[in-house]
Amino acid sequence: MNGWSALDRFLRTDPRDVGCAQAMEMLHIYAELAGDGAPVEERYPGVAAHLRACGPCGEDFEGLLAAVRGEAG
Amino acid sequence: MTEQIAAPAGLDAESAEWPRALAGTGPEREEALARLHALLVRIARGEVARRFPRLQLSGPELDDLAYQAAADALVAITSKLGQFRGESRFTTWAYKFVILEVSAKIGRHFWRHPGVRLDAEDWERLPDRFGFDPAQQAEWRDLLAALHRAVDQELTARQRRVFVAIVLNNVPLDTLVIELGCNRNAIYQTLFDARRKLRAALAADGYIDDDGWRRS
Repeated sequence: MNGWSALDRFLRTDPRDVGCAQAMEMLHIYAELAGDGAPVEERYPGVAAHLRACGPCGEDFEGLLAAVRGEAG
Repeated sequence: MTEQIAAPAGLDAESAEWPRALAGTGPEREEALARLHALLVRIARGEVARRFPRLQLSGPELDDLAYQAAADALVAITSKLGQFRGESRFTTWAYKFVILEVSAKIGRHFWRHPGVRLDAEDWERLPDRFGFDPAQQAEWRDLLAALHRAVDQELTARQRRVFVAIVLNNVPLDTLVIELGCNRNAIYQTLFDARRKLRAALAADGYIDDDGWRRS
């Protein structure tokens, strides 16, 4: 990714973005469905938008997904 | 925006058993606590290892962090058993606690790290933060000058402070949460609003539109 696309990505905001609080509230549901291969981005587009944009929440999601898939430990 | 959670399809036997055993008494509860603690330690260690390449921590510190996260998660889970509504497997719900504990403890670690700078302003770093090629400075110099102006003129004092810490100084968002004594959602929302304002300012100046950059 070059500077232009990185800055464009940083400045783009998705109005569907639910924010950290609701994304964290639903994280276990979202991660379990994602781990089972369900179309979570279609079912919960606002959570998906948030996890794409928020580094820390996205990191927590990746960690929980790894745990659910049995990749941890 | 809010999203509705789908109704649970029915609790599996193991997920029904965990809260019952943990809310019980005597040896059965002790055994369930020990089993859950062991699970949480395994998940915490896995999560610390997954994040390890980006952490400035030694081996014993990492293990200590994992054990502390597991212990704190166990306390939180047992005190919030009534909040488990069966929308996922019990273990998934429990794992969320330990993942978030690891995340919070890593944020606190950076907060204590003497190298973390929150308010220092070095705008020379801005091109590097976004990965602009110094050899092509003639193409992006005006854009980044406009961005700097927009930060100065359009953002509130709080939005500016969050932008400087996270973008210029590369401070982790969770570290800023601790420093400013608020929560992740508040910082994210502050930065979200700042991003929206900055894009609008750059659009008004003719640098960007819905399709992307307007490069001459």
